[in-house]
Amino acid sequence: MTGKPFLSLRGISKTYAMGPARLGGPVRNLHAVDDVTLDVLPGETLGLVGESGCGKSSLARMIMQLEPPTSGTMVLKGRDPAELGNAALKEARRDFQMVFQDPYASLNPRMRARAIIAEVLRNYRFGTPDQINARVEELARQVGLSAHLLDRFPHELSGGQCQRVGIARAIALKPRLIVADEPVSALDVSIQAQILNLIVELQSEMGLTLVFVSHDMSVVAHVADRVAVMYLGRLVEIGPSSDIFSRPLHPYSRTLLAAVPRPVPEARQRHASARGELPSPLNPPSGCHFRTRCPLATERCSAERPQLRSIEGARQVACHHADADAVGVHVTENLHA
Amino acid sequence: MAIIESAVPSHPVGPLLRHMGRNRAITLCCLFLIVLVLLAIFAPVVAGDPLKIDPAHRLSSPEAGAIWGRDHLGRDVFARAVYGTRVSLLVGFSVAILTTVFGVAIGVYAGLSRIGGAIVMRLTDAMMAIPAILLAIAFASILNAGLLTVIIAIAIPEIPRMVRLVRSVVLGVRSQPHVTAAISIGTSGLALIWRHILPGTMGPVLVQATYACASAIIASAVLSFLGVGISPEVPSWGGMMADARSTFRVQPVLMLYPGVLLSLLVLAVNILGDRLSDTLDPRKSRRTSL
Repeated sequence: MTGKPFLSLRGISKTYAMGPARLGGPVRNLHAVDDVTLDVLPGETLGLVGESGCGKSSLARMIMQLEPPTSGTMVLKGRDPAELGNAALKEARRDFQMVFQDPYASLNPRMRARAIIAEVLRNYRFGTPDQINARVEELARQVGLSAHLLDRFPHELSGGQCQRVGIARAIALKPRLIVADEPVSALDVSIQAQILNLIVELQSEMGLTLVFVSHDMSVVAHVADRVAVMYLGRLVEIGPSSDIFSRPLHPYSRTLLAAVPRPVPEARQRHASARGELPSPLNPPSGCHFRTRCPLATERCSAERPQLRSIEGARQVACHHADADAVGVHVTENLHA
Repeated sequence: MAIIESAVPSHPVGPLLRHMGRNRAITLCCLFLIVLVLLAIFAPVVAGDPLKIDPAHRLSSPEAGAIWGRDHLGRDVFARAVYGTRVSLLVGFSVAILTTVFGVAIGVYAGLSRIGGAIVMRLTDAMMAIPAILLAIAFASILNAGLLTVIIAIAIPEIPRMVRLVRSVVLGVRSQPHVTAAISIGTSGLALIWRHILPGTMGPVLVQATYACASAIIASAVLSFLGVGISPEVPSWGGMMADARSTFRVQPVLMLYPGVLLSLLVLAVNILGDRLSDTLDPRKSRRTSL
């Protein structure tokens, strides 16, 4: 994994100002994304995992320039898209496209599938109506959508078919980067595998860089080259997928892996490490956000925020105690195997 | 499902018409409105002269020449009621159109612009703090008397209601995933509004427009009744009721004709708007057509 990153995030934060808890109280700030620094290499799949509300979708939306970060910079193909004007940003959007979580709601209910896919082509003046139509049908073939379904409205399609329309729309301009925000979480399990395989196929066919957001570790294990684990807005661990799944270093990553259902009861982890509920992101614990649920927590964890530090070459982890417990990790089963 | 769909020849307005045909309420309201519109257009053919005064036969009971009797000046009540349809329908439809055009434009702006939206909303709050009919009377007395004045005077207090509604709907539609998706594929500006935001507002707007139409019909009658609307000799339902007030003890039925017509018209318009908004929603119409 060397080479120039395709997408670099440097200290990206997103803070939402919430109303005061009571009348006249202090204005509360919600740190949805807190100081995230991350590189995505060209052609790789980065899995972004974490619980609901950990800021992974906010991060995805900021990468897509759908909302501006509160602070931090981003470099995509050598430029910061946030500094572009409207016209230049529109041109830059050719290179990064998004697949959305809710396949049905992300399609305009009043447009037929054909018009939905054609819209992106029309926006970028792809060609004459005939050329656009031909391209739409080509895209439909590419994503495995029968041509007769193109003349249906979203509510006449199944979830899987809707997501194929969404994917066709995302790849229509041959982008370099696709951000997939939980693309299969709303689908039936039987359809999930089909859509995942489609995304993986398209990636290798088109040489896409993929940022794959999910809360489901088993889905991420299937697609990701590298995995970034987020907890309450912060990155807690990044590393090659095989390493993280075989030997998670951060106690939180271990917890997430322990939550993956195993077909063999004996292989299940006895001692799932995290206790209690996710703390409120409005009032996160001091120091390390995970310390309230962490079995390894010490006084140092409440006093000092652990920074991401490199361990074993390509891996990075934000935990004061990751080394001490690096041996004797419980997960024996390699999900990649 | 595929079999059913291929068996029925697809026609763009087919499903809408078929749905309307099945819905008795819509059919009835449409029929009533069509009858009124035809009456308004062909008033000279259907009815006699509504302005002709015949003092000798004033307050007379129904007869061959005047099937609903004559009023306190001996004018043909049926003729006046038929001609009065013109004022009611004209005011109703014009106000509905004016309210929709201005209300949607301002409402979409208020829903999409943060600062502009705040200013617009404070202005509409201020306007809505004044009773609509008072505002209409004020406008009608500032401007010259006439049909156009009445239309403008009624439309202006109606617009803030539409603005509020459209803004709140736009705020909801704006955050829907399909709008986000449209932005991410480079749709912006008017195309975004026209293709992705406006269609989502059409159901509530249609209902509000019919409501505006209905309340404009009532407001025009009230203005005529109060004598600040169009000039009294022009036949209008409100004016007829005002005239009938003085002879209510002698001939109460003179109040009844325009009153019942007014109520039925307003009812028909309201029901129509309510049902149409269901039909125009692609998801709801599917449910009802299956």
